[in-house]
Amino acid sequence: MLTALARKLGGMLTVMFLVATMVFFLTRLAPGDPAALMLGDQASEADIAQLRRTYGLDQPVVVQYGLWLKEVLSGNLGQSIFLQRPVLTAIAERAEPTFFLALFSILIASLIGIPAGIVSAVWRGGRSDQAVSAGAMLAASIPSFWLGLLFIQFFSVRLGWFPVAGYGDPGAGLGQRLYHLILPATVLGIVNSALITRFTRASMLDVLSEDYVRTARAKGLSEARIVLRHALGNALVPIITVVGLTAALLVGGAIITETVFGLPGIGNLVVSAVLRRDYPVIQGALIVIAGIYVIINFAIDVIYSLVDPRVKT
Amino acid sequence: MDRAALALFFRRLFRRKLVLFAFVVLATIVLVALFAPLVAPYSPTGMRVANRLKPPGALNWLGTDEFGRDVLSRIIYGGRASLGIGMAVVVCSMLAGTTLGLLAGYFRALDALIMRGVDAMMSLPDILLAIFLVAVLGASAGNVVLALAIVYTPRVVRVVRGSTLVVRELPFVEAARTLGVSTWRILTRHILLNVASPILVQATFIFAYAVLAEAGLSFLGAGVPPEIPTWGTMIAAGQQFADRAVWVVLFPGLAIVLSALSLQLLGDGLRDMLDPRLRKAL
Amino acid sequence: MSAPATPPAEGPTLAIRGLEVRFRTEEGEVTPVRGVDLDVYPGRVTALVGESGSGKSVTSLAVMGLLPRPAGRIAAGTVRYTGKDGATRDLAQLPPSALRGFRGREIAMIFQEPMTSLNPVLSVGEQIAEQVRLHLRLDAAAAWRRAEEMLGLVEIPDARRRARDYPHQMSGGMRQRVMIALAMSCTPRLLIADEPTTALDVTIQAQILALIDRLRREHGMGVLFITHNLGVVAEVADTVTVMYAGEVVESAGVRALFRQPRHPYTRALIDCLPARATRQADGQRLVRSIPGSVAGAASAPGCRFAPRCTFQDPACAAERPALVAVAPGQASRCLRDAVLA
Repeated sequence: MLTALARKLGGMLTVMFLVATMVFFLTRLAPGDPAALMLGDQASEADIAQLRRTYGLDQPVVVQYGLWLKEVLSGNLGQSIFLQRPVLTAIAERAEPTFFLALFSILIASLIGIPAGIVSAVWRGGRSDQAVSAGAMLAASIPSFWLGLLFIQFFSVRLGWFPVAGYGDPGAGLGQRLYHLILPATVLGIVNSALITRFTRASMLDVLSEDYVRTARAKGLSEARIVLRHALGNALVPIITVVGLTAALLVGGAIITETVFGLPGIGNLVVSAVLRRDYPVIQGALIVIAGIYVIINFAIDVIYSLVDPRVKT
Repeated sequence: MDRAALALFFRRLFRRKLVLFAFVVLATIVLVALFAPLVAPYSPTGMRVANRLKPPGALNWLGTDEFGRDVLSRIIYGGRASLGIGMAVVVCSMLAGTTLGLLAGYFRALDALIMRGVDAMMSLPDILLAIFLVAVLGASAGNVVLALAIVYTPRVVRVVRGSTLVVRELPFVEAARTLGVSTWRILTRHILLNVASPILVQATFIFAYAVLAEAGLSFLGAGVPPEIPTWGTMIAAGQQFADRAVWVVLFPGLAIVLSALSLQLLGDGLRDMLDPRLRKAL
Repeated sequence: MSAPATPPAEGPTLAIRGLEVRFRTEEGEVTPVRGVDLDVYPGRVTALVGESGSGKSVTSLAVMGLLPRPAGRIAAGTVRYTGKDGATRDLAQLPPSALRGFRGREIAMIFQEPMTSLNPVLSVGEQIAEQVRLHLRLDAAAAWRRAEEMLGLVEIPDARRRARDYPHQMSGGMRQRVMIALAMSCTPRLLIADEPTTALDVTIQAQILALIDRLRREHGMGVLFITHNLGVVAEVADTVTVMYAGEVVESAGVRALFRQPRHPYTRALIDCLPARATRQADGQRLVRSIPGSVAGAASAPGCRFAPRCTFQDPACAAERPALVAVAPGQASRCLRDAVLA
């Protein structure tokens, strides 16, 4: 078991390395000079050159890569060109809204998706199954920004139930924060529930056709107990996997929703960094985002090998 | 494929009425977009400021936008761009993904390298990767296609690689190998034909994802230049008027939902039809 | 394990008459079981014999109400079961919720694949205790004690410790014992055993059969034993019902069946036993088999076994034979049974 985990760890590191390299070189390919952008149209050649030297932008690309890689491996993601602060700090400042949004969204998505998937599987082929499947497909066809705009129009502007945008005042408490997140989390929850519904349904169908479910029926157990105790327990593996990975992808993938609702999150940070060619932030943020995904993926694997009784012995 | 086989194909595919419905809707959307000049009641760019922000009515079925332009006509023409980009993304990602997937599945040496690359790309959220790539490449319709094609290629690679691994072990491929059939031939004729069905299914889903992604990119201003009317740019431009004229935002979005939904339903129908048959055929 | 010579005193625990099961499939409706009559007496073993596809498993699932829904249903016939309370009910007429009350408590079933029939994430003790808690209304501690007791009853060594084990920690033979323990835990009146030893090797097979037989005698339980193996039938059965292509083709007491089979299919099955292999001129043993395979659709007129029958004549292909008594306690579905007498 340990060798399998070690191999996964190795794969993980390779992936991170590839992402970092890819991001670094692609970033450099983008047209536009960060130094020129920062200093504006009126800047002189000398000033621009000076700034480039300060940030080491005048060195050959490969050298820059080597230096940067060395820094990253020692945990230093560099200094933002525009924000005048370390990249990690910039990311950390923006982490909270994104993190809470991702958590809140995945909770809603699971609360919608898992029961829907179970219902769909248990009454397979029936009307509830068709309704759930069609509903899931509808949910997956909705652009999140469009739904967000409509929600804002209806619930915030027309009904006044929720704030129109933003994350609350700087000193606001957790309750305030979450209140601001209700609408965006619902939007993301709806859109992301589709995948969870599909996986839950597929996994439950697989498990329900297993021999031990037939045995459970032969024992005279109630259908509810069979579904919830016997079937669901075995079906959880793929479900938890997809929930975890979706949550991970929500970290950087909620940018559109963050933009619509004016949330100062990581997605926003990356978008503005991309537009301004703030190389360190772009690279750093993308690595962190990919890193979160990879770590969660790995963590799920580790948890399973610890929890599954078949692997325990 | 002869006439009878084709008829059987469609009969099986449309066994579920929902799939038939989706196909009809999709066909309608595509035809309307294709024959836009003939179908659209007004010009998409004709501005009549006196007419701005009119609600849906007899003259303008879906209302007008902030420049007095007919929303319905803009949606029809916008469909050309949105669907056109979607189609282009599908073609590119299919070509790239199939090639890489075949190589990864057939040649063990390339497998690890290609799949690590795929893993790396899939560890980043689609939209983020797309924004990043468009920034690198520059904002134009062509680059949006390229960026999205790159984003979705990994999915195709995974599917094709999976099927290739299975088909590769089948007796008839083994036989071809021993008979000295060239690798190229084996890949193209024997394996490719057998992985065609899962590829087709993936294609419909990627089409849907691409339409949604393009809309997202355009909304953020990181996609096609705003002069080109796509459903995404329409929503982006209409945001600020959403409180007075929700139709400016509502209808382009509905067009997106309808397209994406019918594509996914069709893909689902294809998958249902092809999978068990595939297993039987193999 | 010898069959008693005298007929049993009580009425049957299970009496099936005219059972017909239908399945809705993509190609239309199929009838895997048609016109089946069968009896199981308390304390006696009725063997249900047939090759794969004969409908024997479907029959047992129908009795338990475990036909796959919504595709499967009992289309006709009665399944009269006499319960622990002495009352006789037609299980075919009961709604699913009422039927559930019989499963586990009155009628228990063990299946063919011990490797996959137990839930991998629950301990074997828990899987038994759960049923006991439900049917016998014992509290958790008492239920667990009974689970340990049952595991000991089926001769699992170190039962108390092994109750905490998970199925994957046990061999196939042990898992089948657990299945038996599970089935017996609420002392059912009827045990349906669907090929319980087919997936096990011969030495374990003998132990399992001995175990089932011992429990049968100790508890006076009726057993419906489903198998395709005539050797096993000879060992365990009191009465035998032979099925072919969804119909009963012969039923008789076990001795009468082997001594004087009155249906060509039964006869052919017996001839195929390794013990009946003949020695050829070159010294090799020739084990017989029945050429051909079970016919597909039930639409063809005439006897369903006729295409493979060595005794068939033109009448057999034209007329469907009915199941008639050909001797005391023996019935056959054959136009030409007299030839075999």
